[in-house]
Amino acid sequence: MLTNLRKESGPREVFCGLTSIVWLHRRMPDAFFLVVGSRTCAHLIQSAAGVMIFAEPRFGTAILSERDLAGLADAQEELDRVARDLLQRRPEIRTLFLVGSCPSEVIKLDLARAAERLNASLSGRVRVVNYSGSGIETTFTQGEDGALAALVPTLPARDEPQLLLVGTLAHAVEDRLITLFQRMGIETVRSFPPRLSTDCPPVGRGTRMLLCQPYLSDTSRQLQARGAELIRAPYPLGAEGSRLWMEAAARAWGIDEPIIHATLDPLSARARQALEPHRQRLQGKRIVLLPDSQLELPLARFLHRECGMELVEVGTPYLHRDLMEEELKLLPADTRVVEGQHVEQQLDRVRQAHPDLVVCGMGLANPLEAEGIATKWSIELVFSPIHGIDQAGDLAELFSRPLVRHGALAFA
Amino acid sequence: MDLTLWTYEGPPHVGAMRIAASMEGVHFVLHAPQGDTYADLLFTMIERRDRRPPVTYTTFQARDLSGDTAELVKRHVREAVDRFQPDALLVGESCTAELIQDQPGALAAGMGLELPVVSLELPAYSKKENWGAAETLYQLVRGLLQHQRPGPTDHDPCAWRQQERRPRVNLIGPSLLGFRCRDDVLEIRRLLEAHGIEVNAVVPLGARVTDVERLPLADANVCLVPEVAEPCCNWLERHFGQPFTRTVPIGIGATTDFLKELHSLLGLETPDPREAQRQSRLPWYAASVDSTYLTGKRVFIFGDGSHALAAARIAQQELGFRVVGLGTYSREMARPVRAAAKDLGLEALITDDYLSVEAAMADAAPELVLGTQMERHSAKRLGIPCAVISTPMHVQDVPARYAPQMGWEGANVIFDSWVHPLMMGLEEHLIGMFRHDFEFVDDQPSHLGHLGRADTAKPAGTDLDAAGSEPDPAANLNVELQWTRDGEAELKKIPFFVRGKVKRNTECFARQQGKHQIDSETLYDAKAHFST
Ligand code: SF4
Ligand code: SF4
Repeated sequence: MLTNLRKESGPREVFCGLTSIVWLHRRMPDAFFLVVGSRTCAHLIQSAAGVMIFAEPRFGTAILSERDLAGLADAQEELDRVARDLLQRRPEIRTLFLVGSCPSEVIKLDLARAAERLNASLSGRVRVVNYSGSGIETTFTQGEDGALAALVPTLPARDEPQLLLVGTLAHAVEDRLITLFQRMGIETVRSFPPRLSTDCPPVGRGTRMLLCQPYLSDTSRQLQARGAELIRAPYPLGAEGSRLWMEAAARAWGIDEPIIHATLDPLSARARQALEPHRQRLQGKRIVLLPDSQLELPLARFLHRECGMELVEVGTPYLHRDLMEEELKLLPADTRVVEGQHVEQQLDRVRQAHPDLVVCGMGLANPLEAEGIATKWSIELVFSPIHGIDQAGDLAELFSRPLVRHGALAFA
Repeated sequence: MDLTLWTYEGPPHVGAMRIAASMEGVHFVLHAPQGDTYADLLFTMIERRDRRPPVTYTTFQARDLSGDTAELVKRHVREAVDRFQPDALLVGESCTAELIQDQPGALAAGMGLELPVVSLELPAYSKKENWGAAETLYQLVRGLLQHQRPGPTDHDPCAWRQQERRPRVNLIGPSLLGFRCRDDVLEIRRLLEAHGIEVNAVVPLGARVTDVERLPLADANVCLVPEVAEPCCNWLERHFGQPFTRTVPIGIGATTDFLKELHSLLGLETPDPREAQRQSRLPWYAASVDSTYLTGKRVFIFGDGSHALAAARIAQQELGFRVVGLGTYSREMARPVRAAAKDLGLEALITDDYLSVEAAMADAAPELVLGTQMERHSAKRLGIPCAVISTPMHVQDVPARYAPQMGWEGANVIFDSWVHPLMMGLEEHLIGMFRHDFEFVDDQPSHLGHLGRADTAKPAGTDLDAAGSEPDPAANLNVELQWTRDGEAELKKIPFFVRGKVKRNTECFARQQGKHQIDSETLYDAKAHFST
């Protein structure tokens, strides 16, 4: 299938899983994310989120000090104290995520035990779960996978038929997708994560799920272990991918083809129209996607097939073949896919190829711009409402804008 | 374990990165997991730099931990040296690597590299960013200069006279992610040039290893950014006998003192103290009648040590403000800040908890806040104008225009940027003169966003003034205060933007007098009482 896959290892330039907190806390405003880590961890989320604008953020860091490192038993007690102080200050919190970091993992601070203990002593007032967002184990978006996987055991068991959309979506996109599924005749559509952490969907043998994001391997495995069935499809990015994704669910529900067509055809036609001006700007332009958010493969598929871009290189922090199967089928067989990273060598290749556009992390963007290469921050794609057929035009616009901008500036 | 929602300073290795990234030809190998690479964006996005900081992260993963992480460190060191061919190498570790104790510095030192290797110990669980920057600069300078130590007695800061050359100094401390360092260096260079003093080397901003090696050639050092430069200046004094200046030239008085101090160190004649009046607009602008309205304006100051200290002096002596709060998050600077606060009759606030800064701010009820970007947000919530005077850096603090804080031009910039958030003097006077116009006494909404939200319509005795302020602690006393109709009518005649303060003062006065009712007479009594 893939003829041009290579693996690379070397210095990486990717956020760790803690970064996911930045969108998860917005999705579930009744949850608090307590990172158990170092000043570095605190500084990371602060910098990645650019958060100086909040009144009371729903995340914080319990910073380990020399004293905690000296006595591990005390560290558990300290954690209890910090968690209690926090919950006293923030009585509106209903779910407390204890988030592991590199330091807490290296010193083997047992957060599962801490969560259990806190759960017992808080007796149901607040639910405490734990997961790891550490940089020695997770990259960027994998943090969401960890957080959701940690919630799965708390989901009620119910076998009623339902379609479960898994992965954080923007509210408006979520509403729209649910409307469309219902229009086709899928009545019960629920989302995970929910908009309130206390409003978790049930799961059971009637559950069939669609992944909205490709980085949810643990979550999907755990949901499957609870009886849910995974509907295989490409991811809902771009008109084509979103359509295939919706069709897969509709077929799993046994919806008649004419209904599917009647519902989706007008959307596809409109999306083509919305895409057209962007396609004209993007067509034939050469793009490199550096490994970052794990959205690289679906985006590459969209940019190539719907916007006519030439894929110079598609990086991915790791390749989950199973979850990417449907995407890989849609990519040209000789697409150069690079798993892992050696950031220096990768940048050498970028300079050599001098693509028109590079999708990359925030640390790399300005240096590339300074070399005359237009860039797009990959984190923006995690934050923007880009899922679904209706968003295809907006998604394309995110890529055409940097090119338009480059064309618009003249200083001579 | 401390709960932190937001922090003024990053970890110490970010301080080390600031030194490496400020210099040319210095590379830093940082033993750290992949997530720690976020630090690049501080430079490429916040500082809007056009290149990545010269840092190679080893980005070890969990699976590496069971294997040979030492080999991993060495591989990255070798690759970094081959690729970047630096003139000097810094080697250090972040918080996670500190725990696994690979000692990358020792590993690199044992590799037989043909360049200076400086091993950094940056205790991540007890120290912070500025400390890390200061320590790194000190270790680097010491590492590069150790072999040429002549002994302190040889140094004569006035030797330039016999050698028939101009005196020369080093500027030490300016770095990336330091507040306005780029422009401060230019301004201080200009200032020194005007006094016939040459700049021998600027370290670390823009310096190469050869510049560091030239440091001993200067007659004296200028400790421009004490947070970063002090250990280095101390060491240069101890081992090369180079004296250094203690005054940070921010503000008119401090710049004048700085020039005096430097001239005396170099055996030069004391410069004309009237230079300030000729070179800067601040003294005249502050003296002009339009600035009368600044008299006694209550300001709350919080920032890094040197900017907070400088701000206090400027506010009090050069703008005629009244400082009602002074504090810093730089524990290293706690002592001088405490002393300055004491001189002002205050107790210094030494903390890195922004929430307690916000609380202190609300308590002090200032009319202007001089703080960091975080205080800007807190002040906004409290409806108080604010100017930013200090790190942590925000993209707004790296302006495209020339905007130093130091020297004569720095004083001009400070005058503008502190005074503009306040209502301008002429404007305030006009409002004062016309305050009996219905426009001001009849709860007219203002186009001034934050002031427009003032509590014009709230019933008496609830809270004090502009939106969001802390409730008046005195209001919690059991004494029920009642405004009579005539009292309230009189209160309404007072312009809305000072009404809250007048109301609070009057209530406070009424309580002291044991009154339960406030009528117009009480209001006038209170006014007389507080005017003394
Ligand atoms: S990589 Fe590890 S130490 Fe660094 S911020 Fe992420 S969790 Fe914290
Ligand atoms: S309307 Fe605005 S600009 Fe005019 S005097 Fe009033 S505050 Fe000043």
